Formats: sequence, structure tokens, C-alpha cells
Amino acid sequence: MSYTQLSCIAVLAALLADSQLTRTRMIFRKSFWTSYAIILPFQLLTNWWLTSRNIVMYDSHQIIGWRIASAPIEDLLFGFALVLGILQSWSYWGKKL
Amino acid sequence: MLAFTVMGSFWLEVIFKVAVLKRVKRVVLTIAPVAAIFLVWDLYAVHVGHWHFDKKQILGIYLPGQIPIEEFLFFVIVPLAAIMTIEAVRRVKSHWAVGDER
Repeated sequence: MSYTQLSCIAVLAALLADSQLTRTRMIFRKSFWTSYAIILPFQLLTNWWLTSRNIVMYDSHQIIGWRIASAPIEDLLFGFALVLGILQSWSYWGKKL
Repeated sequence: MLAFTVMGSFWLEVIFKVAVLKRVKRVVLTIAPVAAIFLVWDLYAVHVGHWHFDKKQILGIYLPGQIPIEEFLFFVIVPLAAIMTIEAVRRVKSHWAVGDER
């Protein structure tokens, strides 16, 4: 599978977990979207750093080719899935412990 | 990049007293399963060549499976920064639920 496909699956999996597994419903919360809005510019900045300096390089056949701040668009899906995964896990364990 | 992320977020621990680092058990339970999934993805991506790293710009310390130590730390530092962010948001907007309220 390509990075494009995997990053889409990751977002879907994170959304599915949010509604069915942890049942935290983060995507309906202002606290989540405000946090993501704060994190996103920092992701763009660090992504730009890592990709523009060629610290991380991508196989051009595995990405769709659209780039934002020098990084593949897939990285934004990767980042969203990571943030949604972590914050729902944090919310879940906060309630459970 | 990791140092920048630490600088950009860990001051929330001091100024906003989010006390994320004090909740060790919750932090470990939160990060471990998510980081594990992403590290498996990373392992796969590195092996099939979706992405690779400039050997001259990393420490050169590897985890089993040719994962640079920076990549492992990424999946600890970035989640910590995200958790500190939502806890800081909660400090400012205490009426916005995070979902863990009792």
C-alpha cells in the first residue's frame, strides 16, 4: 500500500476508534479542535524543517505529490490521526483510571 | 526538531501547571498503544521505502528494525506536546469538556 492509502486508512481508523472503541467523541468537542488548531501550525513548521532540509525524504511513487510547506499532504493526515489517537486515548484513560 | 517541540510545549507544564508529567501511569497508558501502532507503520514504511532518513543528519542510533532513535522519541515527545496542549486549553476554557470529566 502507498503512503497515500495508509494515511487515509489511519484517519478513518482514528475516527472509528473515537466513535466506537474509546467512545470519547473527540471530534465533536471544542477542546479537541482548539488543541488541533494550536498543534497544526507547529506541525507545518517542524514538517517544513524536516523535509526542506532533506532530513526525511519520501519516495515520489508513494505519495500523491501535493505538498504544503515542502511536506507531502499525506503528513497532515498522518499528524491528524496521531493527534486524534493520542487525545482520545488521554481522555479515555482519564475516565477509566 | 524534537528539542524545538519540547521547548514549544513543555513550558505549559510550568506556566499553566498542566501537571501532565506527574500523571505517569495515565501518560504511559495513553501513549503506549498509539505509539505502538504508529511504530509498526513506521517500521513498514521504512522497510518498503515510503520514506527514509539522511544518515548524516541523525544520531545514528537505531532501534531493532532500523528505526532511528529520533523516530522512537518522536512518538513520545509529540504525544506529550499534544496532551499538554489540550490540558492547557482546559486551563483556559474550563467549561469545554475533554470527555474525561466525572
